[in-house]
Amino acid sequence: METTRSGFLQLVYKYGTVAVVVLVILLFSLLNPYFFTYDNITDILRSISIVTFVAVGVTFSLIVGGFDLSVGSIVSLTTVISASMMVWYQQGAAVTLLVPIAASLLIGLINAFLAVKIRIPDLLATLSMLYIVNGIHTTYSKGYSIYPNMPMEDGSTAPGVIEPWFLWLGQGEILSVPVPVLLTFLLVLITHIYLTYTKQGRMLYMTGGNLEAARLSGIPVDRYRTLAYVLSALFAGLGGILLAARVGTGQVNSGGSMLMDAVAASFVGFSVFGAGKPNVFGTFIGAILIGVLLNGMTMLNLPYYAYDIIKGIVLALALAVTYYQLRARKK
Amino acid sequence: MSTLQMKGICKSFSGVPALQGVNFELKAGEVHALLGANGAGKSTLMKILTGAYTADEGEIWIDEQPVVIRTPQDAKKLGIQCVYQEVDTALIPYLSVAENILLDRQVQTRAKSLVNWPRLYAESSEILQRFGFSIPVKKQVDECTLSEKQLILIARAAVQNAKFIIFDEPTAPLSTRETERLFQIIAQLKQAGVGIIYISHRLPEIFALCDRITIMRDGQKIVTTTTASTTIDEVISHMLGKTFAEEFPKVAVPLGEPVLEVTQAKSGKVRGVDLSVRQGEIVAIVGLVGAGKTELARLLFGADRLEAGEIRLAGQNVRLRTPKDAVDAGIVLVPEERRKEGIFVEESVKNNLSVSALAALSALGFIRRGLEAAQAQTLVQKLGVKTANLGQLVGHLSGGNQQKVAIGKWLPTQARLFMFDEPTKGVDIGAKSDIYRLIGNLAQQQKGILYFTCEFQEALGIADRILVMYEGRIVKELLPEQATQELLMFYASGGE
Repeated sequence: METTRSGFLQLVYKYGTVAVVVLVILLFSLLNPYFFTYDNITDILRSISIVTFVAVGVTFSLIVGGFDLSVGSIVSLTTVISASMMVWYQQGAAVTLLVPIAASLLIGLINAFLAVKIRIPDLLATLSMLYIVNGIHTTYSKGYSIYPNMPMEDGSTAPGVIEPWFLWLGQGEILSVPVPVLLTFLLVLITHIYLTYTKQGRMLYMTGGNLEAARLSGIPVDRYRTLAYVLSALFAGLGGILLAARVGTGQVNSGGSMLMDAVAASFVGFSVFGAGKPNVFGTFIGAILIGVLLNGMTMLNLPYYAYDIIKGIVLALALAVTYYQLRARKK
Repeated sequence: MSTLQMKGICKSFSGVPALQGVNFELKAGEVHALLGANGAGKSTLMKILTGAYTADEGEIWIDEQPVVIRTPQDAKKLGIQCVYQEVDTALIPYLSVAENILLDRQVQTRAKSLVNWPRLYAESSEILQRFGFSIPVKKQVDECTLSEKQLILIARAAVQNAKFIIFDEPTAPLSTRETERLFQIIAQLKQAGVGIIYISHRLPEIFALCDRITIMRDGQKIVTTTTASTTIDEVISHMLGKTFAEEFPKVAVPLGEPVLEVTQAKSGKVRGVDLSVRQGEIVAIVGLVGAGKTELARLLFGADRLEAGEIRLAGQNVRLRTPKDAVDAGIVLVPEERRKEGIFVEESVKNNLSVSALAALSALGFIRRGLEAAQAQTLVQKLGVKTANLGQLVGHLSGGNQQKVAIGKWLPTQARLFMFDEPTKGVDIGAKSDIYRLIGNLAQQQKGILYFTCEFQEALGIADRILVMYEGRIVKELLPEQATQELLMFYASGGE
């Protein structure tokens, strides 16, 4: 009896999250025939592509035992910067992409400096950064969204447009697969390989698993923690650029909600296949789950403001499974 | 007048017995010393008395009545209080002295939910005065000195109308004068009819202070005697035990060049240490808990900052700012706190064994998994790690096997100096002799070994040379042939 019970729990733990995703998809498919169509599936994947970028970043910070709250604000910042590079300054591809990327790398370095060097607890360090970056992006954009032909301060209209190549990043398709979806697959694949098969990936996990033991094993833990914060900021920054490309404007404060969804996706990812630790593949599944729920609820015409209730419940369930199992493991 | 009795107390931790049928008695108005080497079971016994652990078997009686102690609250209600060695674990640093003294009462009183500050300050200063302490009651506790904190704990115990107070190594952080004050306070408490259990490694103070002595060894009570009817020598021989005969497979190794030379290393608890280790030599550094052994090991490993002094490795001056520097230079450490510092409990045996040699197992940044698994397999066999497979989480292994993994991760590195800090702590007998054998093998490969231990018989069995550490200094150098456990204990407890 005891063994079958714990055996069942093992199954729940290992395949529970994936089963929930499948069940939810089945449910929505039964409720709405349009749900399980190629168009809608790619729609879901496109809608989660940006969150996935941000969530992969968060996953990196979680892997080293940290937490990056500033990712949402970085999304907002790079969205505005990349749009403004074209609309305000008529810059080409290189500047449009490199400036926001450099900005996010810089923020990552400052995060690392505060958390690793000054040793502010990372929640607090990145919380401060969240405020600062939010302030910077609204100051920079003067609180306005950035779009072609927008009125400028001096009364003229903005000289530039959002270039077609840029929009292609967010809206284009290759062989009828949306470009952002391809980019997301690529990101998940590369980071998964990096974390699972390379020395640096292993070191990141060891650093997060037991910081002191890692340090005493001769791992340069400060360097790896820095790397994690820089990558976290970088992926958030890339997410922001993709967001501008998808929407076609530089929406102000567009990243605010990304943080919560990204954190939720990463933590749901803990429970995927019983990993019990942050992992990119799990994070992707977590993001899919969130995307499927949102899409399905929209189709069912559920009120928008109720979505968070469902998201919260799903997160609580996934965390319950993860932590219940982790505790049992320690006994 | 109250009497406290513990009868036939047994306690095991995951099958390893820590206490085997211990009897202990404490009378009112008595100072009763509880002695024993590290790991003898003193702390476990006291934790059962204070409700931190629950005994597997046995009974506790107070005044000829059996009582039940399951939680710290139970113990406090029965008038059992403890002044812990780690004072900081029992105090709330950002509250005032007064609040800390009256903490228990504040917690327990349910009737009033408002704090009566004037009364709080008045009462607490009255208590402090009763003992002649002069600490401002409004002072915040984290601004107090170590000895003040201890006085606060004593005052807190007194305010609870404690009938029994346990002092766990109370003099360790105190100066001579503060120690004298503490003894006066203990005398006062004793006069008031409080029964006192006194735990200390410092034998002279035991003989000055205590009425009776109970000695424990290997989880058993060896003897209870009045202080007047025994001697320091007799106590030492009871603590160490004469019957302990362990097999140390010592192989004679020709010594080579000096590997490590340390001159006047200083930092925190380490107050100027000189030492040297030669190739193939096993140097044991012995000392009691708190002598500064772990601190010295961490200094030599770059884990803590060296304030002054020089470290030379194979004749070259080295600066070790991080453990990575040490590892790169060829110094490795198997730390004392295995689970916290030595291994990754949530990772597999394979990942643990490759953590320090991953660069050599990688090509173009990618881990060569086959090579990694092969090396882990070789190590598991060589070390005799008992594990189901390489994927097993290290947290699930026994203490001895965890320690083998903690040692094993260093074997593939090209280290010249191996340091072991209490490597047999919490390790069963079988694994112990495996670890001794392993260390012997390393010496045969002309590695230098520094072996930090508070187990004197280990040092006698394994070392080529023994350095005794006391209060941050090396106070004596002995060859195992010249030394005895008694002699080591003598120097380690401050004898000259």
